[in-house]
Amino acid sequence: MQTVGDNLLSATRIDKVFPGAKALDKVDFHLRRGEVHALLGENGAGKSTLVKCLTGAYRRDGGMILLDGVEVDPRDTFNAQKLGIGTVYQEVNLLPNLTVAENLFLGRQPRRFGFVDVRAMNHQARALLENYELDLDVTRALDSYSVAIHQVVAIARAVDLSGKVLILDEPTASLDAHEVEMLFRIVRRLKARGLGIVFITHFLEQVYEISDRITVLRNGQLVGTRDTATLERRDLISMMIGRELAAEIHSARKEPDVTGPVRYRFKDYGRKGHISPFDLDVRAGEVVGIAGLLGSGRTETAEILFGAHRADSGTAELGGKAVQLSSPRRAIVHRFGFCPEDRKTAGIVGDLSVRENIVLALQARRGWTRPISRTEQNRLADHYIRALDIRTVDREKPIRLLSGGNQQKAILARWLATEPEFLILDEPTRGIDVGAHAEIVRLIEGLREKGMSLMVISSEIEELVAYSTRIVVLRDRQHVASLEGERITADQIIEAIASANERGAA
Amino acid sequence: MTAILRSYALRLLPQLIALAAILLMVSFVFPGFFRLEIQNGRLYGSLIDIFNRGAPVVLLAIGMTVVIATKGIDLSVGAVMAICGAVAASSITSGHSLAMTLLITLGTGILCGLWNGFLVAVLDIQPIIATLVLMVAGRGIAQLVTEGAILTFNDPGLIFLGSGSFAWLPLPVLIWLAFGILVALIVRKTALGMLIEAIGVNRQASTLSGVLTPVLLIAAYMLSGLCAAIAGIIAAADIKGADANNAGLWLELDAILAVVIGGTSLLGGRFSIAASVLGAIIIQSINTGILLSGFPPEFNLIIKAAIIVFILVLQSPPARNALTFVALLRASRKPTERQAR
Repeated sequence: MQTVGDNLLSATRIDKVFPGAKALDKVDFHLRRGEVHALLGENGAGKSTLVKCLTGAYRRDGGMILLDGVEVDPRDTFNAQKLGIGTVYQEVNLLPNLTVAENLFLGRQPRRFGFVDVRAMNHQARALLENYELDLDVTRALDSYSVAIHQVVAIARAVDLSGKVLILDEPTASLDAHEVEMLFRIVRRLKARGLGIVFITHFLEQVYEISDRITVLRNGQLVGTRDTATLERRDLISMMIGRELAAEIHSARKEPDVTGPVRYRFKDYGRKGHISPFDLDVRAGEVVGIAGLLGSGRTETAEILFGAHRADSGTAELGGKAVQLSSPRRAIVHRFGFCPEDRKTAGIVGDLSVRENIVLALQARRGWTRPISRTEQNRLADHYIRALDIRTVDREKPIRLLSGGNQQKAILARWLATEPEFLILDEPTRGIDVGAHAEIVRLIEGLREKGMSLMVISSEIEELVAYSTRIVVLRDRQHVASLEGERITADQIIEAIASANERGAA
Repeated sequence: MTAILRSYALRLLPQLIALAAILLMVSFVFPGFFRLEIQNGRLYGSLIDIFNRGAPVVLLAIGMTVVIATKGIDLSVGAVMAICGAVAASSITSGHSLAMTLLITLGTGILCGLWNGFLVAVLDIQPIIATLVLMVAGRGIAQLVTEGAILTFNDPGLIFLGSGSFAWLPLPVLIWLAFGILVALIVRKTALGMLIEAIGVNRQASTLSGVLTPVLLIAAYMLSGLCAAIAGIIAAADIKGADANNAGLWLELDAILAVVIGGTSLLGGRFSIAASVLGAIIIQSINTGILLSGFPPEFNLIIKAAIIVFILVLQSPPARNALTFVALLRASRKPTERQAR
């Protein structure tokens, strides 16, 4: 095992619980001196929660943090900075209207006779930036420089303030290739100075270019830490989206019969800047799984089918007849349903009761002049609370007080109440506890057996393999592969994503 | 049924208590406060006066409640009152019939609401900015209509709307009562109320659930415009003329205050029209009470401000947390105390 001497920062068995979900479950994270350590995982895996626990932005619920072998307990980000842990977020926390020098020394300007000594500050700023190969006019306002320079200034400030650990949260998200190169030169230089650098990103090529080791989180749990040099890209992807259980589940699965007629036919369907035109047929009693890494166009596919964003190319056919799916309302008229990925902002209506949330879509479809009677509302709500086992004191409880899994079930109930024929579920099992997870998977299978068409987007490969009758693989906002029957295995999916990725990187 | 009635009563309890407390306080300093008498077939008395004087704010509060429930706000209602008063006066003086005048005026108010709703729902401008446009421009428009003067009229029909009486009650009181009940019924007997609340709480989720969000938003602002038009007619009829500068001045703030006192959150969602009407009556009771008590009217503003602060403090999260904390403390202490005894 590693000795204390190896590790600059050692976090062991970190726990963090949010209402209704365990965000971090006994996660270990060790950062060595002079290494770039990539922290990876899909959305909701717990990356940012872990970082926030390390920087004191969140209070952890359990576990220990050692910095230089001494136990520390950062109370807030300011305290963490003083201890030596600095963070640069994707949205840089700088003041663009102040000068570069002021941004570097804000709150700790050199003083003379009680006044800010501007000349000394500018001098120090210039000296500081020389370390970063940057020759800037430090007296100019920061916003006269590019985003990449903002990043470097933020890094310079963080390193100057903290100097031991530097956490970079998606620093390259809005940089071009040239700027990324510049940023990486600086990161290598800081690494040579012995800093420990945590690098969070979604770009796997960059991970392989800059990092020494990789830690992967999934569902708030540590999947593992590996040396970058010996970790195959394919293995990395399977660590991120899971496959260990997939083989087992798949062998137990009975092969469903989906030879029914095509119910929905999308041809050349797409929208510029969202998703490239694709062809898609959906049959009755079919679950189309959508696989791909974050940002590959999964959610965009769902949104365009549901009319949340209007398609600007292609046609949609329902039972052989052309239909316009230009708004969610239109789609709902054609018996579509859509559980969005972001439950809080796009799914639940927080202050309204469970009952009202369940009847909302049905009521919206009937129109305001034909209210659903209170008796009928109660009957519907009670029926689905029982059928989906929604844990709530009563149907009048505001839905925001329910746990994530129960909120998700209530949103499902909202759509089931409209008796949909095509249900689109975007990450239906994200951020919910294991029990509810299994129930939702069973529900998906049950609905398919009843002849409903479903489309399910998930970051969990094992889950997709378990219930999909067909899997569409996405990459770079394009539908790149379609797997059916025997080919639906975790390996094949990972293969499809990874090969696409390698092609994209080359 | 009784359960629903009880939940209504519970909802209105704080407002009813506040109103009773204020009326009681006024009656201490002005003993004849609760006296009612009938003269010329109409009830007279301070209470009736409150209901009568409060009519414009009550009407504005009805529309404002629905707008605020959608997480919006309508700053233009005072100016729309001025426009509609001016339109009514100029229409009646230019020889249109009373029915035609009312039609034109109410239409003007609805059109103003349509404009606000268009800015908010279609162009997606923040409500406070969108309605500020008409708030500022509205008085100018009203002055253009009246050509800068106070436009007086003496059509008995129109004047009757402001100062007439029917069944012992002043007509403005009957108008707001009838209109309030009508709106409350429409909103609660159809699904409108729930859909409006859903939009106010989470517009995106509502749209994705198939709610016709833009149409309902525009309708809310149109209702507010209609309310302002009725209030404008009453205000103009009361003084037998249209005063573009002063009609409805600052009343948008009173209307918002009435909604807040009524317990509807400015963050949208759950609303109660009855509670907002009570809020408006509370405000008018304070106004009338201070006048009757013989305090200089300047006190009115200060006392009103103090009451606003008090109510806002009560509604603020820290105060609510403190109250829940006290309640929990009591709940947890009681059994142990009993055991100790």
